Parts: sequence; C-alpha cells; structure tokens
Amino acid sequence: MRSWVIGIAAAVGFGGMAAAQEVKPAIVYDLGGKFDKSFNEGVYNGAEQFKKSTGVDYRDFEIQNDAQREQALRRFARDGFSPIVAVGFSQASAVEKVAKEFPNVKFTIIDMVVDAPNVQSVVFKEQEGSFLVGLLAAKASKTGKVGFVGGMDIPLIRRFACGYVQGVKYANGSAEVFQNMTGTTGAAWNDPVKGGELAKAQIDRGADVVYHAAGGTGIGVLRAAADAGKLGIGVDSNQNGLHPGKVLTSMLKRVDTATITSFTQAKEGKWKAGVTVLGLAESGVGYALDDNNKALITPDMKAAVDKAAADIVSGGIKVHDYMSDQKCPG
Amino acid sequence: MDWLSTGIAVFDSGVRLAVPLLFACLAGLWSERSGVVDIGLEGKMLVAAFAGAAAAHATGNAWAGLGAGILVSTAFALVHGFAAISQRGNQIVSGVAVNMLAVGLTALVGNAWYKQGGRTPPLEGAARFEPITLPGADAIRGVPIVGPLYADVISGHTVLVYIAVLATVLTAWVLARTRFGLRLRAVGENPAAVDTAGISVMGLRYTAVVLAGVLCGLGGAYLSVAQAAGFLTQMTAGKGFIALAALIFAKWRAWPALATCLLFGLLDAVSIRLQGVVVPGIGQVPVQAIQALPYALTVVLLAGFIGRAIPPRASGLPYVKER
Repeated sequence: MRSWVIGIAAAVGFGGMAAAQEVKPAIVYDLGGKFDKSFNEGVYNGAEQFKKSTGVDYRDFEIQNDAQREQALRRFARDGFSPIVAVGFSQASAVEKVAKEFPNVKFTIIDMVVDAPNVQSVVFKEQEGSFLVGLLAAKASKTGKVGFVGGMDIPLIRRFACGYVQGVKYANGSAEVFQNMTGTTGAAWNDPVKGGELAKAQIDRGADVVYHAAGGTGIGVLRAAADAGKLGIGVDSNQNGLHPGKVLTSMLKRVDTATITSFTQAKEGKWKAGVTVLGLAESGVGYALDDNNKALITPDMKAAVDKAAADIVSGGIKVHDYMSDQKCPG
Repeated sequence: MDWLSTGIAVFDSGVRLAVPLLFACLAGLWSERSGVVDIGLEGKMLVAAFAGAAAAHATGNAWAGLGAGILVSTAFALVHGFAAISQRGNQIVSGVAVNMLAVGLTALVGNAWYKQGGRTPPLEGAARFEPITLPGADAIRGVPIVGPLYADVISGHTVLVYIAVLATVLTAWVLARTRFGLRLRAVGENPAAVDTAGISVMGLRYTAVVLAGVLCGLGGAYLSVAQAAGFLTQMTAGKGFIALAALIFAKWRAWPALATCLLFGLLDAVSIRLQGVVVPGIGQVPVQAIQALPYALTVVLLAGFIGRAIPPRASGLPYVKER
C-alpha cells in the first residue's frame, strides 16, 4: 500500500516536472502565522516580491497546530508544487520525512539543516545581527540595563540572546542584560499579552531598551516598551514602523531574500540542495535604519555599529555562536 | 531594586492577569448556580474578544468594542441556553459546540475581513481602554507602603478592572441578599420546588445564562481591547477553563472567586517575574520549572486545602416538568 502510494506520488512528481518548466512554489508557515510582522511575514514579503517581479503565483498554508506540518508539506508535494519552502526550525522532522517520500520535489527549509539530497537548508548567523543591535541597545540605554524577550526556549533563540549580550557587553562592559523566554511550546510565538508582561517586568527592573526574538509575541513586547516610553528592538522583518520613534532598530534576518533566492533558482534551473549560511558578510543579517528610527541612531552610534559590522565581516570581532557549544560566554 | 517595589510590580501585573479569569469565573458562577453547566466560557470570551476588537477598530471607540463584545457573547450564551434549557440537551455537548464554533468562526471571519491570518489590525489610541488614575493616587504616592500600594496596584488600571471588582460585589450581594438571588440559587438546587412555587424555572435559567454571556463579553473585550491591542486567533488560551477550575476552587461563591482568580493571576505574574532571577542558594531557576509553578501550586492547593467542593445539586440537569 505504502509503496503504491509513493509510486503514484513519484509518477505525479515526474509528470509535474515534465509539464512545468515554470515553477509552482509553495510555502508552509510556522505557528506564528503569516502576518506576525516578523519572521513569517518576512517570507511572505519575499514571496510577494517574487510574484510581482516574475508573475509566478505561489500557494501557501498557515498551520494551526504541529500535526499539520507534515500534512501540508505532503499535500503540496503531491499536488506537484516545487520548490516548497518550509519556514522555521520546527518543520525539520516533517521536511525530512516528506522529502524522502517525494525525492523529485525540491524543499527549502529556513532556520534548520536537513540533510537530504532534495533539501536546501538556509540558516542565518543570528548572533552577528543580534550583536549589532545589542551594541546599539547599550549605546541608547541611559540606565545601563537592557532586556531581551525570547519566544520559545530553544537553542536558536538562545543564539539570538547570546549574540545580543555580547554586543551589549562590547559597547558597555558593565551593562546588565535581563533575559526572559516566553514559554517552552509553540504557543510562545503567539502570546503578545505575556510578551508585554515580560517586557513590563524588565522595564520595572530598570531596562530601557528591550529586544525581542519572539515572532508574534514580540508585538506585545514592542507595544509595552512604546507604552512605557522606552525603546523596543524588532526582529527578522523591519519593525521600526510599528511604533515610529519607539523602536530603536530591528535585527534584520533576510528570510525574504532567502525565499526569493530559492524561488528564482528553481525558476532558472539553478536550484541546488545543501546548506547555505547567511551572515553579515552575505548581507543575510543586519540592522534596520529608516525614516522611523533615523532620529534615534546618532552619528556616533552609527559609526560604532558600522565599524563593528566591518570587524565582524573581517574577523576582527568573533561573535560566539551559542549553538556551537550550548554555552554563552560571560 | 528593593523587595517592596518588586512586590508591588508583581501585584500590579497579577491584577491585570486575573481580570479575564474573574469575569469568566463569575459568568460560570451565575450559570452554574442556576443549574446550567457552562464549559463554553472559553468560546464566549473568544467571540467577544474578536467582536470587541473588530468593533473597536471599525469605530475607533473602545466602548463600542465593549458593547459589541457583550452583544455577541450574549448571543452565543442564548444559543447555549436554547440547547440546554429549552431543548433540554446535554449541557456539556452544547458548551463544547460553543467553544469549537468560536475558534473556527473567529479565525474564519477574521481572515475574511482583514486578511491577516485571523488577526484584527492593531488598535491605537481611543480604540483601546487606557489605564486611568484614581483620584489622589499621585498625592499619596509618597506615603510609605500605603502610597505606592494605592498608586500602583489599585490605581492605574483600565476601567474594566474596576468593573470586574464591581461585578464581584454585585454578584455576591444579589445572590445572597435579594429575592431574585435566592430564587436563582434555589433553581440550581431544586428546580421542582421553585416550579411548585409558581416561578418560571426557564425564565430564571435564561436570565442566568444571559448574565453569564454579558460577563464573558466583558472578559473577552478586556483581553483584546484593554490588555492586548487587537485580536489574535485563540487568544483566550484556555482562560475559560482555568476560570472553571477557579470556580470549583471557590466553591461557587463570589468573594472566594475573586480571591482565587487573584491568586491565579498572581502566580502567573510571579512565574513571569521570577524568570531569570537568581534565587539565593539555588541559583537561576530553569524557565520550565518557573512556568510549571502555578500549575503545581494549583494542584497542591486543590488537593490539599480546599476540602470538598459540592456543586449546586441540579447543575447539569435539564429541568423536566412532567415525567
């Protein structure tokens, strides 16, 4: 029965390949949802941009619970979609399984490495981007205390936190960093009330800049910071415009570029499986500077952060990666 | 930062977190005291949260949002009432139906209207309930202990927080001191006796169910229009069920309900504040342990301290006049 199903699926896969010179891309979002103003929305923006420039439409799906990941991936694969972009580290096991069942479908997973001949893994050096915003946070802080609110407590988010702490300490060795995680389940990506309470707690302890890496939860973090007259730092997408003048900057993680690249490569027949690591040098991460936060970033801060960025690219500053040894120095 | 100000911040946050629980708990209290079990508190809060955020966004007025939340929640309450009272259906089944309908409907309508994956656009300015400062709060802030306690814990919340406290007072007074309250309690214990006295069992139960709808509406609107700024799919996150636990904890009485909900809110606040704090002698407590704390304490308190909780005798039983 099983091999029969796979046989049919493979046939459909081949049929799809033969018929479709043009690509049929699809996206499966993670639990935060397509419009989390952050991580998933970055992918969405990339896909929309691709659609606008090439006229190629795509399909997408927002999962409501963990069980749907595999179903959604499998359904897209069966319907001949390729490449399929799976957003988020938690899709890894589902991608691994479905990629095996559909060897002719191209999968791209963001934020996690899946070792399979038809999977492209895109990971980012979040620690480098976080280092830069940490440096800015420390320079902008008047109290010498800054905060970090993470989403789900996983090594990936600890990597954000660790890079941030290093950036803060680089700019101000005596600065204090408060760190909190929202939760230990997927629900932690979508709980702005709790995010707001965590941010308020940190502000009560003296923090005046709060950085979040918490998807939809972060909307509450930025709001709490803005309501209290403090500064927030956005993540993944450019969130400076959510509360203009109250968001110091955003740590950009170019998931939009990753999405466009995957789609375009597939369209031009250049798509390759394997691991892509995007850091500062590849412009995969960075910090956001636009009209909304221009007044907050002084020339002095800008010079310092640009110098640090150059040093990281050249290797002058080594930003420790939490995920390499599950430890954070300092 | 000293212990007093930490304590005050925790209490402040605990009050904010307790309010939706309190509204839902009082709603359950009214409903169950009249003999209608209501596990649809969660669903009613959810639809109210959605309607509240949608109306507040459309009109730019938080009060319009509150009104819409109450209306929609009451409509759902009447559906439950119709199934459970008029049709004598299974009250649990009807409540589950309300919950499932609410989850699906809010996401569907939200996505159809706003195309943001079931969210409503963020609410700004007058579309949200802002914290209000009670008279004299700033004047007595300087007084030791009492000053900050009044200025930070009691004052400085949104108006819905004070409505929640008022609702508790009213619930306690009406149930205990008025003729209507006596009859309502009687209908939950022994509806046949109430019927024999010539009072409408259906009428009383419908009144109770509608009151539950109004209270859930307040709780839901608080979530989306006051505490957060906009609706998110499944934003109630089980608060309706925690409220049911609080109701049992409080033995179906109003003042203990207030105390229980405050306790639950406080534990939630403590779990948030304790994260990452170094406890003397233990070091930094793991996030997981802190987050399990409220649940663990709840189990201990439920099992060890409150003794037997006896529900209203006729709760869950549809009233049949003739056999």
